[in-house]
Amino acid sequence: MIPASFDYEVADSAAHALSLLSEHGEDAKLLAGGHSLLPMMKVRLAQPAVLIDIARVGELSGIRTEGSEVIIGATTRHAEVAGSALLQAEVPLLAYAAAQVGDPQIRHRGTIGGSLAHADPAGDLPMALLALGGAVEVSGPSGVRTVAADDFFTGPFETVLSPDELLSAVRVPRGGDVPWGYQKFVRRANDWAIVGAAAYDGRVSLGNMGGTPMRALAVEEALRGGTSAAEAAAYAADGTSPGYDIHADAEYREHLARVLTRRALEGKTG
Amino acid sequence: MEVKLTVNGTTRSDEVEPRLLLVHYLREICGLRAANVGCDTTSCGACTVLLDGESVKSCTVLAVQANGRSVTTSEGLVADDGAMSAVQQAFRENHGLQCGFCTPGMVMAATSLLAENPHPTEQEVREGLEGNFCRCTGYHNIVRAVLGAAEKLSGDQTNTEVTA
Repeated sequence: MIPASFDYEVADSAAHALSLLSEHGEDAKLLAGGHSLLPMMKVRLAQPAVLIDIARVGELSGIRTEGSEVIIGATTRHAEVAGSALLQAEVPLLAYAAAQVGDPQIRHRGTIGGSLAHADPAGDLPMALLALGGAVEVSGPSGVRTVAADDFFTGPFETVLSPDELLSAVRVPRGGDVPWGYQKFVRRANDWAIVGAAAYDGRVSLGNMGGTPMRALAVEEALRGGTSAAEAAAYAADGTSPGYDIHADAEYREHLARVLTRRALEGKTG
Repeated sequence: MEVKLTVNGTTRSDEVEPRLLLVHYLREICGLRAANVGCDTTSCGACTVLLDGESVKSCTVLAVQANGRSVTTSEGLVADDGAMSAVQQAFRENHGLQCGFCTPGMVMAATSLLAENPHPTEQEVREGLEGNFCRCTGYHNIVRAVLGAAEKLSGDQTNTEVTA
């Protein structure tokens, strides 16, 4: 399968990428690793007239600390996030989540910013960012704004990003000693989660239990009230709206949410 | 647009459409047929090549994205005198192939894996190859081949694997 024709522009800075986005408007798409966008273009689910390649913009890549946060450039690849000694020590949940994306080849190309902007409700990084209470930096014509993960995802494959904006960086809290867990239930290696659950510091997020990754707010409230992890996890499906497909019906997904939330709260990975 | 790539050690320039996929560039323009188009959906790994030394699925990379970079296919692992690389040799010795369709991708994924982790456990080999499907299901011998190559490479320091 070969994508429909498009024009290809290479951005040499974030400012250049923004000016190209303003110039081409809604017809343009940003390209970094291309591991969400190119598969969609091959089957014509996406047909942008212009691709703006930001993979060579150095200022958009890299991992550094700033105060109580770690800042990860948007085009930092999953393999770099997973293998980062800094993240493994300071934000182990994020390093672990990045290592669960796809397979080694995909992690060599796919980027953290791309996964978040793609906003697959079953994706690893959206669920991880939500559990961490992280945020994204969004650059646009009028400057940079910071959007909390809680406010970023608006629907299946939809975010608050405007067509003229660029997700430039990801901010996550440092907390190497904070208890965390991560659960992803799949039938096949390198697949998307049928259901996922991540826990961090009393926050719990669920993947593929609705149109966006979502907080398990009833679980969090129960935990705040002193309920045990095992009992709080019973509320994991409250407020969710899981779909059904060949892998699982909604009822089974609700069951998975409860089981995986309990395991995540117990600090388990898998 | 014009792209300049180093393919298996040789730098070349070609005029390509932006939508040309790297796997088609390699097969149709460079005439290198080791990388196969299998699923064409970033799943099966038959098209795996090295991009600047790292395994990638060339059905999901545009040739223009590889502009200025180095690509290695399974053909490029073979020495000038025709000697196979340690990984390729290990696939032969361990009968790590049946129909052979997945083999070039398996070899490239294994080459990348061993560059990142020269002493993998069996479990690490299995996880490291999770992006490559063998529809003959000949996984046991493939894993034996990669473990055998790791042993050969660690015991023979003069045998340097091509990684870029």
